[in-house]
Amino acid sequence: MSGSHQDGMPALELRDLHVEVEGKEILRGVNLSIRSGETHVLFGPNGSGKTTLLMAVMGFPRYRVTAGSVILAGEDVTALPPHERARRGIGMMFQRPPTVRGVSLEQMASICSRDELDVREVAGELNLADFLTRDVNHGFSGGEIKRSELLQLMAQNPDVVLLDEPESGVDMENLQLVGKAIRILLQKDLRRKRKKCGLIITHTGYILDYVEADQGHVLCDGVIVCSGNPREQLEGIRRYGFEECAKCTR
Amino acid sequence: MHAIDEIKEKARAAAGKPAAYGGDLDLCEYTAQPGECAYVESLQDLEELGEEELARAGVEKSGRERSGSFVQIDGTVVHRKALEKGLEILGTREALEKYDWLWDYYWKAVAVDSDKYTADVELNPFEGYFMRAMPGSRTIYPLQACLYIRQPRFVQRVHNIIIAEEGSELHIITGCASRHEIEMGLHLGVSEFYVKKGARVTFTMVHNWAEGMDVRPRTGVVVEEGGLFMSNYICMEAVRSLQAYPTARLTGPGATARFNSIVVGQPGSDIDLGSRVVLGAPGCSAEIISRAVTKGGRIVARGHLKGETAGIKAHLECHGLILEEGGLIYAVPELEGNHPDVDMSHEAAVGKIAQEEVEYLMARGLSEEEATAVIVRGFLNVKIEGLPPLLEREMRRMMELSESKAL
Repeated sequence: MSGSHQDGMPALELRDLHVEVEGKEILRGVNLSIRSGETHVLFGPNGSGKTTLLMAVMGFPRYRVTAGSVILAGEDVTALPPHERARRGIGMMFQRPPTVRGVSLEQMASICSRDELDVREVAGELNLADFLTRDVNHGFSGGEIKRSELLQLMAQNPDVVLLDEPESGVDMENLQLVGKAIRILLQKDLRRKRKKCGLIITHTGYILDYVEADQGHVLCDGVIVCSGNPREQLEGIRRYGFEECAKCTR
Repeated sequence: MHAIDEIKEKARAAAGKPAAYGGDLDLCEYTAQPGECAYVESLQDLEELGEEELARAGVEKSGRERSGSFVQIDGTVVHRKALEKGLEILGTREALEKYDWLWDYYWKAVAVDSDKYTADVELNPFEGYFMRAMPGSRTIYPLQACLYIRQPRFVQRVHNIIIAEEGSELHIITGCASRHEIEMGLHLGVSEFYVKKGARVTFTMVHNWAEGMDVRPRTGVVVEEGGLFMSNYICMEAVRSLQAYPTARLTGPGATARFNSIVVGQPGSDIDLGSRVVLGAPGCSAEIISRAVTKGGRIVARGHLKGETAGIKAHLECHGLILEEGGLIYAVPELEGNHPDVDMSHEAAVGKIAQEEVEYLMARGLSEEEATAVIVRGFLNVKIEGLPPLLEREMRRMMELSESKAL
């Protein structure tokens, strides 16, 4: 993990990022800058390119960068494969992760932590103790998947945390647990020495009741059309919908 | 005509009969005579095989956590000893001399005229092990057996008879291996299992052959009322050809058979491996699980479940992964129901590694090669129900040893 970032330098920066999937351009010039310690949220209608953005930051080959760059703590990582980005401090929560048969959740968490975390203890806190011996994601409910993903991320301990709809499919009781885990991941209880930063995709905004965000962005049709106070944005979206949001030139 | 004369007669008649599956081997090509090996009272004194060589065949040279051992090198039994009460281990020829009643089991679970290989075992000098668990006996530790080929161009003929008497429990770990330098050799292994009423037998076998070896095991199992037979077979290293189709007959109500096989086809290997269970009594159940990975070799993965009576339940699962171009996996799952009230199912899938799984692991920091290795290991990591913890640990260890060389 890259650990400390130089003062003033963004932990993650996207410069004029253009991304296509199977020949179709999805992101059309995204600019985004997140500093250490900051949490940003990403709103946008279905199909606007939110997941594509996270996948491109993680570096999956299906999400082809045609122009622009991904800068991680000052280093251009646009050409690096996902594992190199993970090793440099990017961690991602998958919305629909695949089942890996024969590989237990405990093994996965150990792989993520390189054996540096007491996986059992954290699994207990996330109500996942009984899942450790099960094949990762096999037969997991929506909420179990989220908690399993968070366990893996806590094991990985990334500096830049990418979360794709962490609250979807999670009941109210577990939402609190998910929120608490995200707060830990993002070092929300540290004020001065907070290093971790996050980018969270949310449809409902429920997660904002548990995790404070510094900035919000609205992505429409592959471009960020609005950046600002996330709660105000959410209120605007709830009242007027994304269509009005897209008209906003703020 | 005496029973043995009849057996010989049948064998002679089948001496030229090709096997139903697998390439036809010319038995005249294996001309070597067996080498001399001295009998040792203690496995520790066995100089011919080192600790590591034995370990790769699943055999613990110290004998620790084992209830007995049997080792055969080429055609000679070099060690056999049972360490727990209620267990007996002998060489098969020695046992046939000792017990008249054993002739009642001889060639009863496998037909001597199945093909030229069974016939060849009968018509030529053979050895092999006889294992017997006395009624009600239960051992914590497994028995271990090793069949080793040292001599090039040698045919190792083996006839094993395993009897688990009523209510007994018998766990066997067995390894078959050969010297890796051997450019040509043949292993013919007949195994007959008799699992009596309420008995439980687990049979975990690892094969570590050389690139020039041909292997033709012939296995028959009879399971009586409430009995359980479980076979776990691992073959991950190169072999020229391997063809086997072990068959279990469940003859008593509530009998169970499970076959798990884990096979890696190395480049140049030709493997034709199946498992068959005939469910012949009410309440019987069977499960066949096969995992095949090819790195360039040819693998035919067969499975056959035959439900002959009402109230049986059986499932067959056959999954294959093709890692390299040029590799072939041919899955042949067969279900045969002879009664309307049978519950039989199968699933089969053959393909390459899912890219999304590789990428998922890469996002956790593993390189593509590391991610692929984790997925392949996971794919081969069959969860085996009902294996005692010690055996499960041993099997994992044996798999890890094989994997470290094979993958």
